[in-house]
Parts: sequence; C-alpha cells; structure tokens
Amino acid sequence: MSVPILAAQDLSKTYGRGPDRFDALKGVSLEIGRGDSVAIVGKSGSGKSTLMHLLALLDSPGGGQVRVDGTDAKTLSGRRLNTLRNTMFGFVFQQFFLNSASSVLENVVLPLKIAGVSARERRARGMAVLEQLELADKARNKAGNLSGGQKQRVVIARALVNNPQVLFADEPTGNLDTATGRIVEDILFDLNINHGITLITVTHDHDLAARFNRRLYIRDGLLITTDEEHAA
Amino acid sequence: MKPLEILKTAMANSFRSKLRTFLTILAIFVGAFTLTITNGLGTGISNYIDGQIAAVGSSNSFTVGKTDTSGNPASGPKKYDASTRVLAAGGRPGSTQPALGQTDLDTIGAVPGITGVTPVTRLNPDYIQWNDHDKYQLSVSPLAGAQPQLAAGTALDDSTTEPQLILPSSYVAPLGFADNNQAVGQDATIGITDATGTLHPLTARITGIEQSALLGGGGAFINKALSTALADAQGTGAPAASKTAWANVTATFAPSSAAQITEMKAGLAAAGYTAQTLDDRIGTVKTVINGIIGVLDAFAVIALIAAGFGIVNTLLMSVQERTREIGLMKAMGMGSGSVFALFSTEAAFIGFLGSAVGSAAAIGLGTAVSGALARGPLSDLEGLHILAFAPGSVAGVILLVMAIAFIAGTLPAWRAARQNPIDALRYE
Repeated sequence: MSVPILAAQDLSKTYGRGPDRFDALKGVSLEIGRGDSVAIVGKSGSGKSTLMHLLALLDSPGGGQVRVDGTDAKTLSGRRLNTLRNTMFGFVFQQFFLNSASSVLENVVLPLKIAGVSARERRARGMAVLEQLELADKARNKAGNLSGGQKQRVVIARALVNNPQVLFADEPTGNLDTATGRIVEDILFDLNINHGITLITVTHDHDLAARFNRRLYIRDGLLITTDEEHAA
Repeated sequence: MKPLEILKTAMANSFRSKLRTFLTILAIFVGAFTLTITNGLGTGISNYIDGQIAAVGSSNSFTVGKTDTSGNPASGPKKYDASTRVLAAGGRPGSTQPALGQTDLDTIGAVPGITGVTPVTRLNPDYIQWNDHDKYQLSVSPLAGAQPQLAAGTALDDSTTEPQLILPSSYVAPLGFADNNQAVGQDATIGITDATGTLHPLTARITGIEQSALLGGGGAFINKALSTALADAQGTGAPAASKTAWANVTATFAPSSAAQITEMKAGLAAAGYTAQTLDDRIGTVKTVINGIIGVLDAFAVIALIAAGFGIVNTLLMSVQERTREIGLMKAMGMGSGSVFALFSTEAAFIGFLGSAVGSAAAIGLGTAVSGALARGPLSDLEGLHILAFAPGSVAGVILLVMAIAFIAGTLPAWRAARQNPIDALRYE
C-alpha cells in the first residue's frame, strides 16, 4: 500500500485549563489515501472541526502526530509549512471569508499572490479556474454582491487556484439552500472523481456524508466505528 | 509574498477605511508641517548668518593675538621684559595688550598648517568723497578674506595694483549716486591723516556695493593695494618702531577639518598666542539660534509622537477588523513575516502620506510667508529669507516621520503576525 497522503496517530487536543478544561480530541488515529473522499461526521462539539484543522495543519495538536506524505508535520520548518498550506491544501469555509470590497478575481487569486506569482499569471490562472466554475462573467464583480451559492463557488475557485492535492471543506453546504447546496456538492465530487483531488469534508448532514467513499464518525473526541446516531 | 505586492496591498489596505486613514494622516500632517517649518526657520536663519559671517572675514583664518596673562587675579605685576611691547587696547581705559612684532609673525608662520600671516593694520581714514559732493566719515574692515554679500558690482581683486573698495549700500545716496549701479566703477577720494597731521587724499575705484549687513558694522571693504596705500599714507612720519607693532595678525590656513583647526590652535597656544576663528567669535549667535530652533523642533516631535499613537490606534482597529482576513491569509500559507511587513508597511505609508503632504504644505506656505516678510517687515535685513527649505532636511523630516510611523505600526503588526490562523478564523 502506498504512503497515505494524510495520517494521524493518537491525536489529542485540549482547550482551556483547570475547571474550564475541555478535551476536544481524546486520541484519534486515521489514514487517508490519495484521491479518497472522506466525510468527518459528528454533532456540534464532537471535535470534528478540530480534527480537520489539525489535519490541515492550521492548528498544532496537544498530543500525537500528523504525517503528510509520510513526513511528521512537527518536523516541518515554518517556511515549509507555509509552502505546504499554500500549494498542497485548499480550504472551503462555511462562512466563505471573502473580502467583500474586492473583486471576485482578486479574491480567487489571493493564494497565488501569497505564493509570489506574477500579476499576469495570477490573472490567467484565476480566470481559468473561474471558467471551470462558470463564474468568468462575475470576475469583475465585487464579492459582496454575489448570492450565497455564487460565493461558495468563488470560495471553491479560490481553494482550487493553486491546484491543491487535498481539498478541505468545512460544512460546504451549511449556508446554502438545498438546490444550491446540491450544485456545490456536485462540483466537489467532480473534482474528486475527475481530477483526483483528495476531498475531506466536515459535515453533520448525513445525506451529504452518504455520497463519500468513507465516513468517519466522531463523538466526544473519539472516532466510533458505527453510525450510532444514524442507527438510533 | 513579494515585497512589491506587500507594498501594493498595504497601500490599497490603507485606503479601505478612508475616514480613519484621513484623520490619522491629518494628525501626522500637523506634526510634519510644524517640523518642516521649524527646520526651514533654522535653515533660513543659518544661511543668513553664514552669509553675514563670510562678510566679516574668511572662514579659513585665525585672528591671532599674544596671550595676555597680566590680567589674571593674584598674579601680581609682571617682570619687565625688554622684548615685550604693549599697545593701547580697547575696553577699560588705560588697558594695554601685548604687541606682536616681526619675530612673532615668523613664529606664527612656522606653526604647522598655517599658510600665511598678515598683520592687521588699523586704518583710520578720515572721510570719503565722490566728485564735489559732501564728505562722509568712513571706517574700513581690518580683516582680510572677507566675502561681503554684494547688492551690485563685483568682488575685490587682491592681485591688482588698482586700489579698490566695496561700499556699504547706506553710502550710495549720501555720496551723491543715483543708485547702486551708478556707484559701481566710479572713483572716490579717501582722505587719511598721517602721523604729522598732514592729510593725504587717495583715489580708489568702487567695485561693488554691499547689502546692508547684520554683523559688518557699516565699514567699507578694501583690497590689498588700497590697504597698502592707506597704511603707507597713515604711516608717513611715524616712528619706525610703531610700523612693526601690531595688536593682531591674520593667519590663514588651507580648508581644514574641525580637528585640524583645534590642533593648529593648540600649536599657537603652546607658542603663547591666542587664536580665534570667525566661528569662535560669532559662533555664539548661531548657538543661541540653534537652541531656539531645537526647542521648536522638540515641540514638533511631541506633536508627531501624539500622531504616532493615532497610528497605533488606527492600525490596531484595522488588525481587529481584519482578524479573519489575516487568519485566512495565514491558512493559505502567508508567513508571519509577510503579515508583519504588510501592516508595518501600511503604517509607514500612512506616515509617508502625512509627512509628504505636511512638508509640501509647509514649503508652499513658508515660501509665500517668507517672501512676504522679506518684502515687508524684514526688508531692512537684506538677503534674509526667514524660511529656507533644504531638500536634504525636508527629506530627513519625511524619513523621520516615516520612521516614527513604522515604529508605531510595529505593535499592531506584531499582534497581527503572531495570530494563530485557526484562532483568527474562529474570531467573530
């Protein structure tokens, strides 16, 4: 078996101390292969977002280790870590995090700007990815003037502009109506199936989770083998 | 992120909250404006004083006298020394000062660094007259190497045999000239009385007219030929001994650093002479003015420090507002260094805007006011532009303000840079 693109071993994470102490993760181990699609399913407060943040190297674990392509994330220098975040991972956030005063194109090419790509190439690659998501005609619009579904597609475009290997999505359809949510889902699965991008999604929506190759159920900071809530 | 991108993004970010940026810029504007004005005041007055000092004598010369120790309290009367001669001196009636003779001239000339020694001859002409107009009293500047600020005509020529002089502008009308230009090139008659009481009229060419001066004392400047002629006329019939006794000599030297000048002074002091440069004699005026300018500058800097807190406030609010954006950029792989650079560049840019606009306004307004003053209330002091702006010092002010802004920006920038991406993203 090839080296998993992401692997976690006995991950734990604690917030606060003393009486306010809260163990968000209590020892989670998992492996995610290249090109897989994985849903992390759990209720609010189950630790699913914390797990994704740790896997995406946005946060440092309290215990255990995350291995990216077999490399322990802890051993990465700050510069390597930034490069990894910039070129290997893409993020789709539930709250979009778009700069509403800037144009759609400017929002989309932000990762390229951070990477130090030239203005001309930024524009070309930004337009290409907007084309792919059928947003090319909105490139010059202010991001604040878009509908929810369009914003989520802009966020996906931004996540894709650096050709990431892994796409993280945090409740990608949480803020969208059913029809729009369906369109966004289709885009994500198309990327997974036709472009080989590893898809890791956090959701509490069981219908969405059902479309993934694998589902990881999490409750009270621990992975559980069966879908208890669903069975119950 | 590339430095140019950081600069561009920082500039764009500073215009996101226009009103807030505008108010911060206004605060910096006041400080930069004040600092530029006080600086201009310093430059203007210094320029004027430098010009005035040059009119009194050369900056590359000492006025040397014999060091007089007789005045020291408790030193008692001095033993008589046949080689010592004294001259009547100014100040307290009856006071004397040791005279310098030919041997002293040789000793001074032998001090390393001294290139020439000229005795200062006190010339006391009686009058000056042009054609048959009224006669006026005249004094002549005794120091060689002076560079008067000319209102008309040309400088003196020490190499010619033609006697030349430069007259203060106050003499032009009384002597009967219509204006400065008519006076230039005319021959005037100078009368001088010799030791026996005989009056010698001498003719000299007026080569230039001096602007009315602050320090010059209203005397005429003469070239070497006229100086020699006057000295000869004055010395006619005088005992030979008095011709070779001088109160002071002028010792010239090549342009030197302050350290070299100090060394030459020490050499002269060791030989028993007191040497003073023009700066020593008139420098106190400059010191006082520099002190006043320094106090004004301090007030301007206080205004700038207050403005600096405005920058801190503005940027802290920006950091707060953009917490999620910073988190997002860090999640996308932007390094802490780049985040820090982004915010501190924004601070420096705001500082640059404020100081550039403030300095420009100060230069514009200052030049207009200075021009109006020079034509109006200060017209008696010719050549005085109370505000002068040197490009170097204005650039210095702008850089100083930018540095203050940058320092003010480091606290917010540091707060932005140390944010954990996930904490920032969670921030509501």
